[in-house]
Amino acid sequence: MTEDMSGTPPHHGSHWYDAEAGPLVRPYAMTGGRTRPVTTTVRFDLIALIDLQDDAPEAVGKEVETLGPEHRALVDLCRIETQSVAELAAETDLPVGVVRVLLGDLVELGCVRVSRPVPPAQLPDEKILREVIDGLRAL
Amino acid sequence: MDSAPSDRRVDDALALKILIVGGFGVGKTTLVGSVSEIRPLRTEEQLSEVGTSVDDTGGVDEKATTTVAMDFGRITIRAGLAVYLFGTPGQDRFWFLWDELATGALGAVVLADTRRLQDCFPAVDYFEHRSIPFIVAVNCFPQSRSYGAHEVARALDLDQGTPVVLCDARDRDSGKEVLIRLVEYAGRVHTARLLDTVGTEPVG
Repeated sequence: MTEDMSGTPPHHGSHWYDAEAGPLVRPYAMTGGRTRPVTTTVRFDLIALIDLQDDAPEAVGKEVETLGPEHRALVDLCRIETQSVAELAAETDLPVGVVRVLLGDLVELGCVRVSRPVPPAQLPDEKILREVIDGLRAL
Repeated sequence: MDSAPSDRRVDDALALKILIVGGFGVGKTTLVGSVSEIRPLRTEEQLSEVGTSVDDTGGVDEKATTTVAMDFGRITIRAGLAVYLFGTPGQDRFWFLWDELATGALGAVVLADTRRLQDCFPAVDYFEHRSIPFIVAVNCFPQSRSYGAHEVARALDLDQGTPVVLCDARDRDSGKEVLIRLVEYAGRVHTARLLDTVGTEPVG
């Protein structure tokens, strides 16, 4: 695919800036200046798994006023399948800190559920490790 | 979609975390990429004191956070079981990242280049002190003199039993073998710890 960079703007969208320019919207703008999630009961580990609540679509509809496009992007990704915090951040190209704040909002609104964190120093049982090893071999 | 909701409940799903730590240019990205679909992950972090003195923030006094990019890969073992790989920089000023990553991690791979073994010291220290299972994987660069696993273990002053494996980070099978060795070792460490607890705590 070739792109004419000499003056005429590309047809698709308004992406006249590029990744090199840095984010056009600063992260704090998406979180309303917040750096911590509103919910303090949930810790968003990078591999914490996020799932939509069963009644999420209704909840999203009801509270849609307070949700930004980034919130909705996260909800849409979770709709496809269960996602880890890291995947959501990579997929939306948002810093992890921003995703945590936005997920905190979604938890408060009852849109998403978070998996219980794995306690430190607790490894899964031998059967699971066996499965992982066999799975890696089969890659 | 009509798929059974139980297929995608977070409570049934299990995610495992493996860290790949090493100095610049040692092959972290290559290793993560050879065994999984790799994606960059951005974190905005508070600059640590050490980082502040290293990163030149002169003229931008307000800058209190820095963007750190990590390599992130996912290996799906089966529905509901996935292994997540996080490749992170190996300098000790990135400890703040490791603290978070190490929590609940299955273990770590310290990737080493025999020409710059000293780059591994911070990571080796870190994981030894926190009793996190780790193995050292020596990425065998074609132009570097080859050392045996024993020599590397001695040079790094590793605790007895810490595995050292030689690998080629570009090679998928070699990368797989590194991960398999780590999972096997983490399982052994875990079992040994369980036995220890059983032995020292009164039962009943």
